[in-house]
Amino acid sequence: MDKTTCDITKEQNTKEQNTKEQNTKEQNAHKKGDTNKEVNCRKVKKKKGIRLWIQLLWTAITNGYVIGFVEGKIFKGSSKQFCVPGLNCYSCPGATFSCPIGSLMATLNARQFHFAFYIVGFLMFFGSLFGRFVCGSLCPFGLVQDLLYKIPFPFKRKNMPGHKALKWLKYVVLVVVVFLMGSLISDATGLGQPWFCEYICPSGTLIAGIPLVAMNEGLQAAAGFRFALKLAILIVILLLSVVYYRPFCKYLCPLGALYGLFNPVAFYRFEVDKEKCVGCGACQKACRMDIPVYLKPNSLDCIRCGDCKRACPKGAIGRAKILPINSSKSSAVEKKNNQ
Amino acid sequence: MKPVLKKLAPFILLAVSLVFIGVGLLRGEHQTVLEKAINICMECIGIG
Repeated sequence: MDKTTCDITKEQNTKEQNTKEQNTKEQNAHKKGDTNKEVNCRKVKKKKGIRLWIQLLWTAITNGYVIGFVEGKIFKGSSKQFCVPGLNCYSCPGATFSCPIGSLMATLNARQFHFAFYIVGFLMFFGSLFGRFVCGSLCPFGLVQDLLYKIPFPFKRKNMPGHKALKWLKYVVLVVVVFLMGSLISDATGLGQPWFCEYICPSGTLIAGIPLVAMNEGLQAAAGFRFALKLAILIVILLLSVVYYRPFCKYLCPLGALYGLFNPVAFYRFEVDKEKCVGCGACQKACRMDIPVYLKPNSLDCIRCGDCKRACPKGAIGRAKILPINSSKSSAVEKKNNQ
Repeated sequence: MKPVLKKLAPFILLAVSLVFIGVGLLRGEHQTVLEKAINICMECIGIG
């Protein structure tokens, strides 16, 4: 049968209608995709914001002795026999607990002790529970560096030049300066010196040295070369923190070095589902500690900020489930990963 | 590290840490920490 011109125009009209419908569907799908992306972005921002609030809240709670800041004195309560997990100088006017590194050095420096069971116990306790989550969320000096890195600067970098070699420096500080020098070098009376606190720790200078010296004339008169040296170290680290992400945590902090050793075995650790992971590297791109999370989810350098989890397009990075020990989804994932 | 051992590791470490804290308390190490912490640490602030 021959088609009439009327039939042909009808067919053309229906084809046009179909293509129009398809276009509108595609446009709607694009719009939906955009809105989903926007919702995801908002969620990511919210979750990032939560970590900042935890850091602020923790710093405020553990340094909440306001009278100390007003009068230029330090807290003298018995709670100071306990340590906080992060680097938080006990001579900070607001500090209500002790610094683990300062306490470790104080015990190692004492005549009667050759090993600091109490503080090493505290460090193992926090390390086995959280690993370097402490650095990411419960360290006041980490918070300071995070805030400084938010300052806009044209040449932002994740790492300093020589990063691969420099990142081992913190282990040298931990072993040589904290443990070996702290326990082996002593004066004629048998007392040691807190070498790390005395010559390196920028946290002590920032939250203890500056406020105490500013409010105490006697201390102002006593401040000399060592104070100037510590102040110079602090200023350099603070300036570097504007350009590079957490330079002190990456290269110098002995506490971070120690907690990092617990990352692969802590209760709070990550795992990558190799079936979901496509190796796109989005996790490493998002990670400001520059860790290839898809290869090393429990890297010694990971501070558990969670940026990689949020950046993964496949949702392949998750928290490893520790319980139950025998049969769980995570153990199946681990087996697959091991294969 | 074997998966089971990896799962047990945090429990073992936690138990050892509690033992260490207990030993430290018995040796009076917490008193040393307290004494140091309730006085201004001159070395920590860069003086002394």
